[in-house]
Amino acid sequence: MTSSALAVPVSRPGAWRRHPLVERYAPIVTIVLALIAVWYVAAVLMNLSLVRDGFEREEAAYTVSDLIEGTMSAERPLLPAPHQVVAAFVDSVFGYAPSAPRSLVYHSAVTLSATLVGFVLGALLGIGLALMIVHSRVLEKSLLPWIICSQMVPILALAPIFIVVLGAMGLQGLLPKSIISAYLSFFPITIGMVKGFNSPDPMQLDLMRTWSASPRQVLSKLRWPAAVPYLFASLKVAVTISLIGAIVAELPTGGEAGIGARLLAGSYYGQTIQIWAALLASAILASGLIGLVDLTERAVARQMGTRP
Amino acid sequence: MALQMPKRLKLVDPAVTLERDEREDLVASIEPVTMNSAVGHRSEPNGTPQCLAVEVRDVSLTFETADGKVDALSNVSLQVADGEFVSFIGPSGCGKTTMLRVIADLQQPSSGTLLVNGMSAEQARLERRYGYVFQAPALFPWRTIEKNIKLPLEIMGFSDSEQRQRAAHYLALVNLTGFERKFPWQLSGGMQQRVSIARALSFDPELLLMDEPFGALDEIVRDHLNEQLLQLWDKTGKTVLFVTHSIPEAVFLSTRIVVMSPRPGRIIDIIDCNFPRTRTLEIRETPEFLRIAQRVRIGLRAGHSYDE
Amino acid sequence: MNSRRRRLGFILAAAGVLAALILPLSSEAAAALPARPLLTALTIAAALTFAIAASTSGFRAVLPGFVGVLCGAITTLVLLRDPGIAGSAAAGFWAMVLAVWLGAALCVIQLASIRPRNEISRRVLSLAIPLLFGAVVFYLWEVLVRGFGVSPVIMPAPSAAASRFVASLPTLGRDFVQTFIRGVLIGYAIGCGAGLLVAIVAQRFAFLGRGLLPLGNFFSALPLVGVAPIMVMWFGFDWPSKAAVVAIVTFFPMLVNALAGLSASGHMERDLMRSYGADHRQTLKKLYLPAALPFIFNALKINATLALIGAIVAEFFGTPTLGIGFRISTEAGRMAIDMVWAEIALAAIAGMAFYGLVALAERATTFWHPSYRT
Repeated sequence: MTSSALAVPVSRPGAWRRHPLVERYAPIVTIVLALIAVWYVAAVLMNLSLVRDGFEREEAAYTVSDLIEGTMSAERPLLPAPHQVVAAFVDSVFGYAPSAPRSLVYHSAVTLSATLVGFVLGALLGIGLALMIVHSRVLEKSLLPWIICSQMVPILALAPIFIVVLGAMGLQGLLPKSIISAYLSFFPITIGMVKGFNSPDPMQLDLMRTWSASPRQVLSKLRWPAAVPYLFASLKVAVTISLIGAIVAELPTGGEAGIGARLLAGSYYGQTIQIWAALLASAILASGLIGLVDLTERAVARQMGTRP
Repeated sequence: MALQMPKRLKLVDPAVTLERDEREDLVASIEPVTMNSAVGHRSEPNGTPQCLAVEVRDVSLTFETADGKVDALSNVSLQVADGEFVSFIGPSGCGKTTMLRVIADLQQPSSGTLLVNGMSAEQARLERRYGYVFQAPALFPWRTIEKNIKLPLEIMGFSDSEQRQRAAHYLALVNLTGFERKFPWQLSGGMQQRVSIARALSFDPELLLMDEPFGALDEIVRDHLNEQLLQLWDKTGKTVLFVTHSIPEAVFLSTRIVVMSPRPGRIIDIIDCNFPRTRTLEIRETPEFLRIAQRVRIGLRAGHSYDE
Repeated sequence: MNSRRRRLGFILAAAGVLAALILPLSSEAAAALPARPLLTALTIAAALTFAIAASTSGFRAVLPGFVGVLCGAITTLVLLRDPGIAGSAAAGFWAMVLAVWLGAALCVIQLASIRPRNEISRRVLSLAIPLLFGAVVFYLWEVLVRGFGVSPVIMPAPSAAASRFVASLPTLGRDFVQTFIRGVLIGYAIGCGAGLLVAIVAQRFAFLGRGLLPLGNFFSALPLVGVAPIMVMWFGFDWPSKAAVVAIVTFFPMLVNALAGLSASGHMERDLMRSYGADHRQTLKKLYLPAALPFIFNALKINATLALIGAIVAEFFGTPTLGIGFRISTEAGRMAIDMVWAEIALAAIAGMAFYGLVALAERATTFWHPSYRT
């Protein structure tokens, strides 16, 4: 029987509205545009009193259009307008040499390097521990409950200690940040991979038994392929947490480099637009990292013949 | 009006079994026909003009799918009088479920008219003139059995005491008293489907629409439920439209059998069954039963239901 | 683990314990073990019970093994009170520590290989094994830190952190109220509530839903705690800015999960409600919302942790002289690490209790879901 879910009534007016591309992207685009419009209105409203006070202090005459123009170009606005943020961002990225301390590229690179090193370390550790847990009943019963418990604990709160302790031991810069990122990303990967390695059907495991497969063969031929979806799901979570960890790790020392440091500096000196530009940079970093993991996942899925 | 039956197949003759060549003659005489059942031709007990429960006139429904147009229903006409038990039988894609859904206003036809209890299908739905039983029990797992039966009553605004009364009454009718506080997953498939039937009856609709309700159950449970359903029909006097895949089930339960065929979906044959209202499973071995079943099968073959 | 290895292990443990009687306890002058009568008795008891464990088979070895572990652990902990030993422990002391560790590991391994026969013993075992494991970890932490005399700046002993915890209860209480009651709970309620409401509206209007779902996914992945300085600018230094950060951080996971949950009802159930002539509000109340509860609780659990993290991190950006995050960053700067660990213990307890409460509520309301019936 034809599924009515697939069917579209024949030749109705406005059929272009049902074109798959339009259906898919029209809602997102509309809502994003609407949000930007709201942002502009909010910027005007929130900066109004600030700008009006400014004019009155200088005892200058002002019209309504002066006010509105002022709200969108204030130097220290309460809420910068979108174009201000974009302008500041473009300026910080392209206006300075990539190694200059004021360049966002420099700061992003610092944070990104800590994120990636920590992520890779955490992933390797996490997968390794998951392998051990899956093959050892003892570890599964004694260690796994603690790892699951640690999900409920705000581990990020440990970041300052790590920085201070490692600093007292003489380690600074990239290493302590990477250790924090690794520590944070290792937990979701371990849990995800334990689930993944334990995900094969009992029937499939029985089948391997009838062929007298060794544990290593079961691992490479059954458990690993079954765990691939779980791997990528937990990698996405881990890369996000790793980034947040790197940013937070830059805070305690009143750090000088990195996105977290930029955020902190912006908040100390009241440079609102700088904060927003740094946030935009971190958003781009986050989506870029997740996009990379996603692309890898799709390539692997295609190789493995998974249904799209 | 039933198809003109060749004399050799008249029901009065109990000893007839069809030979091969006779069967071929019969097939040749059956064509896809639009039926205009004149109700007056039916022998009703007291001869007064009966209300039409359902009147379908020239209804068509066309889907547009990725593979082109599909005629789910093509100029189908049918009249069902009050108190009848009409089965729809045919292979997948012949439009029987679609027809039921159109009558229930769960789908709209592309053309043609449809009257349920003298009003449009949508009106009938809004006035709760029918109860629908699906292929699966579709019970809400977070409600007890009693609360599941009360679901339509809550929506339709019955008072609390009335809800309790009706729930108890219809549970008793399907022989499930004592299971009020159980949850659906604690009952077997057959019992869940009985609850589903009780739920469909709880608000006393005149019309009962059943879409392969026993399809997922094993043969023995199915036979048992067939008997129970017949007793229910006898006791309540509702009009029942019943979709099924099973020839014995259709012949056992119905007063009329509508044989449908696919591509396009249309009615091939309408067969009267005049078994006594109180019947048991034993009539399934009688020659009369077998003859009607044979006729159904001939109709299905004529509609290319057994082709690849 | 086969019985020969287990036997060998317990014998080694007994030997290690006895070695402490002979080998020096400290690199500095300290009374040897035989000079302490009570501890000597404990040591011999430990050796005896280990020997018994070596000779019994199966899970009956666990009880004497456990007793031996206790005796050895108590001995070492009491020895550490001696200032001559703490900070300069030598071979004899470490032999006993290793023996205790070995004995405990053997007990854990033995317990893990038991196949429980009924529900109660299964529950008891699933609690006992991780607890024993955790206790050993804490024991080793304590003994290593105090035995080697690790500077409290780098790593304080658990006992020091615990005593600091107890001593600073008033401060901890105030921090808890500021961060948790004011920042976390209020932000959590606002964020989850708003997420649910927007999801309900978005499900009603499919256009909104199709646009908001990808946006929600996108924002969930961003480091939203970074908006903390902006919230401080808008709401001031006190708890409202932290609550705002928590609200933003918890909004998106709830939006995404609730949208998924509200669309999770099957076609048949939806057709059923349509056949009853039910309007959207009735269908929402009787079908969509109950069916969405498992998804909503999934988001509530995720948000429980996210909220606490968000509040604490938001406090790293600046806050009046109060709050868990504030205390952690300032005490870390002052090198008072034991206070930092006390605050972390507070945060861990709060986090686990919060998550546990949400999980209990989930159990009570979604008991009907297939995942509970396996």
